[in-house]
Amino acid sequence: MSAVLEIEGLRKTYRSRKRGVRHALDGFDMRVEAGQVHGFLGPNGSGKTTTLRTLLGLIKPNGGRMAILGQELPHALPAVAGQVGAIVESPQFFPHFSARDTLGLLAQAGELPKQRVDEVLELVGLRDRAGERVKTYSLGMKQRLAVASALLKNPKLLILDEPANGLDPGGIREMRGLMRELSEAGMTVVLSSHILGEIQLICDSVTIISLGRRVAFGPVDQVLAAHSQGAVRVRLEAVDDLPQAADALSRAGVGVTAEPDHLMLSGVDKPATVSRLLAEQGLYVSELTPVAVDLESVFLELTATAPVPGQHRQVDQSAKVDQTGTAGGWGA
Amino acid sequence: MSLFVTELRRLGKRRVTRLMLVLLVLGLATVATAFSFSSEKLSPVVVAEAEAKANNDYQSAMTDWKRNVAECEAAQARGEKTEERYGPNCGKDYQPQPDMFEAKWYLPYQFDFRAEFPMFIAVFAASVALFGFIVGASFVGAEWNTGGMMNLLLWRPKRLTVLGTKLAALLTTVFGLTVVLGALWTAAFWLIAGQRGSTAKMTAGVWQSIGLDGLRALGMTLLVAAVGFALASLGRHTAMALGAAVGIFAVSEIGIRIAVAVLGVQFGDRYVLSTYAQSWFLKQAELFDYDTCQFSQGACEPATYVVTWQQSAVVFGVALVGAVVAAFWTMRRRDIA
Repeated sequence: MSAVLEIEGLRKTYRSRKRGVRHALDGFDMRVEAGQVHGFLGPNGSGKTTTLRTLLGLIKPNGGRMAILGQELPHALPAVAGQVGAIVESPQFFPHFSARDTLGLLAQAGELPKQRVDEVLELVGLRDRAGERVKTYSLGMKQRLAVASALLKNPKLLILDEPANGLDPGGIREMRGLMRELSEAGMTVVLSSHILGEIQLICDSVTIISLGRRVAFGPVDQVLAAHSQGAVRVRLEAVDDLPQAADALSRAGVGVTAEPDHLMLSGVDKPATVSRLLAEQGLYVSELTPVAVDLESVFLELTATAPVPGQHRQVDQSAKVDQTGTAGGWGA
Repeated sequence: MSLFVTELRRLGKRRVTRLMLVLLVLGLATVATAFSFSSEKLSPVVVAEAEAKANNDYQSAMTDWKRNVAECEAAQARGEKTEERYGPNCGKDYQPQPDMFEAKWYLPYQFDFRAEFPMFIAVFAASVALFGFIVGASFVGAEWNTGGMMNLLLWRPKRLTVLGTKLAALLTTVFGLTVVLGALWTAAFWLIAGQRGSTAKMTAGVWQSIGLDGLRALGMTLLVAAVGFALASLGRHTAMALGAAVGIFAVSEIGIRIAVAVLGVQFGDRYVLSTYAQSWFLKQAELFDYDTCQFSQGACEPATYVVTWQQSAVVFGVALVGAVVAAFWTMRRRDIA
């Protein structure tokens, strides 16, 4: 599969007399294959927006390599810009222009036919409100307008930063459907979001960034599998047998956490092994359930941003892991 | 070309542009209308009335003078002292003269297009320049402030081209407005002069001089608009340009004036910006140093220093190039966060 977006060793450093040196991007890598919906995740301040801005030529990097549709950036950006639709951070538009004016001016600047404006307005559900001033729009409507502006070019690569921000539940579902339709039509979509449930639902692959470095990447199911840690929940017919079972499993090298009425096991490759081990001890299981891990828990674990009771995590308190990440690799 | 047309459209659609244009047109129309009422055509009847009034006042003054002289001589004949009341020689030396009652002083004000229109060109240029500064600053400042510039750069990722096109669209608009409104302004005052004033002595040379005044006015409006645009682009906010304008005015017109006065600098006004604006419009500004006068030796011819419009061109040119180059340099270098 060909890569639509490639980033290798991207670095961006900010120097300030007051705050010293801060590496917003510290050798960041990313690869997005053609036709995928790719989730781009990271805690606040981790470098997501800096990455997108750098990619789109708004910020100059201090090092690294970037390419879109096989063309090296930033040199070839003017050539590929017509094939990249993007919204970065919150939607910002001139408040006194209507949605139709806003899109019309962009379409004219991009030498696009006028009917394309009506097409995208229809697509994002703003057709009937297109003549109203943007300042009268809700956040969700502005978000729809932002998506419309990104879709105007009918791009090959669509980059959306928090597109579901401000949308109502129906709007979120519509956006999910739209992303899927666009992907099926051959468009590659890069989606930055904090709604991890959405990402897990609609993305084929993900990249997780923390403190300017990639901490995980690959197909969603592979990333989840890599971090499931073989967790299994075990219940026995007799609760009194739990200590004996815990002892037997511990001796077999399985991680055991005792709960009042069950055991939580970790590092279990095959649940059948657990059943066999306990049966050899004359202990019979009533429940043996692999515990599925979700993207949110993987995210919190990888970025070390899970809330801790009694502590107030600061924005830059995230995990920095080995450059190699946890799945695949550059060009893998 | 599409970007240029788009930017022209964008500028025309902006509320500030429309509001300022309405205010500009209303302001200019008000000045022209109000001025037209203050001028009155000097018809032969009006001139005859003025001559009659002047002659009447002269005759009245002569009658008073003669009566006073007669009263004085009668008093002297009675042996009274008269000098304190009537002056020496009974005031015979102060006989009213006809040239003390010229008819032109009795005429109502009549607008003289040839002599006075250049001043109105300056008024017009100042008004359009103010329009250009505010609209120019807002055009780019609001774009930065609302994220419009970032959106545009996502479509056209050529920073200098985008900024240059915006500036070109602004200058084209200001140029067009100056030419169109300038023509209307000239026509309005020509009409006022024709109906309620004088259009006498309008030779080809005078028109050429007015044309050059108009060109300098056009240059000033474009320069001010470009500087406003550049300052707002530098600060990425409209307020930056407006703040800088207030700051420059305060430093130049107040701070420098106080400083040169305290330091006793000769012709201190040559360091004040408004002197150069004045010389730009009036072709030259003459500064006087009355401290060099020796009044004990009679009438004074103070030392003078002349600021020419060419010097003004250099000063304003340097300011323009400095601001625009700085704006484009920062556009090229700074991140867009």
